[in-house]
Amino acid sequence: MEIPYTVEARPDTGLTSGKIGIWLFLASEVMLFGALFATYIMLRVGAPEWPAGATVLNVPLATLNTIVLITSSVTMVMAWASLMRRDLSKARMFLWCTVALGGAFMVIKAIEYNAKFEHHLYPSHSTFLAIYFTLTGLHAFHVLGGMVINAYFAGPGSKLWHTNPQWFTNRVEHAGLFWHFVDLVWIFLFPVLYLL
Amino acid sequence: MEHGHAADIDRHVRTYVMVFVSLMVLTVVTVGIYYLHLSRPAAIALALIVATVKGSLVACFFMHLISERRLVYWVLLLTVAFFLVLLFVPMFTSLLDQARV
Repeated sequence: MEIPYTVEARPDTGLTSGKIGIWLFLASEVMLFGALFATYIMLRVGAPEWPAGATVLNVPLATLNTIVLITSSVTMVMAWASLMRRDLSKARMFLWCTVALGGAFMVIKAIEYNAKFEHHLYPSHSTFLAIYFTLTGLHAFHVLGGMVINAYFAGPGSKLWHTNPQWFTNRVEHAGLFWHFVDLVWIFLFPVLYLL
Repeated sequence: MEHGHAADIDRHVRTYVMVFVSLMVLTVVTVGIYYLHLSRPAAIALALIVATVKGSLVACFFMHLISERRLVYWVLLLTVAFFLVLLFVPMFTSLLDQARV
């Protein structure tokens, strides 16, 4: 049986199945990160003292990562715009750029983590580092997941374009919604963990 | 969205570039706030305001929320409501505990 409403919108909601599906998934993601943000606030408010993030963490590297992730959001949305212009090769190029920028984010994150481990700063060292590693680690897994999805659409998944270009465009748009959400989470993580 | 007219897509792309520049400027502002060495409450308030503006730009333009269908808004409204419950119930119970002590 074919999945209904992959290309045309349902008449009652005005949305495709994929669009409503990805938004419901993102709603669950808001609750996942929201629970951890609430935990962060509770831990911070209840702690007798809390270090300024910049005294423990590397602000220049995190700023660079913010720039990398924002740029990747632009390449992601440009991939969708290229498909809307019916230019598959450009869309694939932008998708690969997004994957590469995601990879750059992960490398910078790994450098940051490694610097902490070299100084024996593990999650068990303090409450601050425990919540820092939990939040940034979970976020990094999301970046990794997004990279896999985008690489699939830039590579083998792009075959769908030749049989059903609108469905493929919709899929890339939905992958983009996830990627932008990951960017959005980082936009809040950066000041909360590093600068406050 | 169906495959659009070239002019419409060009307009979208111009918007994306403007949002990208705004996000970069706001990132500089975010870091600048830290180096101003403001009092902690002022720094927290300012940083969260800038982050909210940045997040809104991403959601409205990159995620196309500015022109989305009503059902998506309802889903998000419900999510925000549950998120606020998630945020404030632990704080409220914690304050109650402190009041008991």
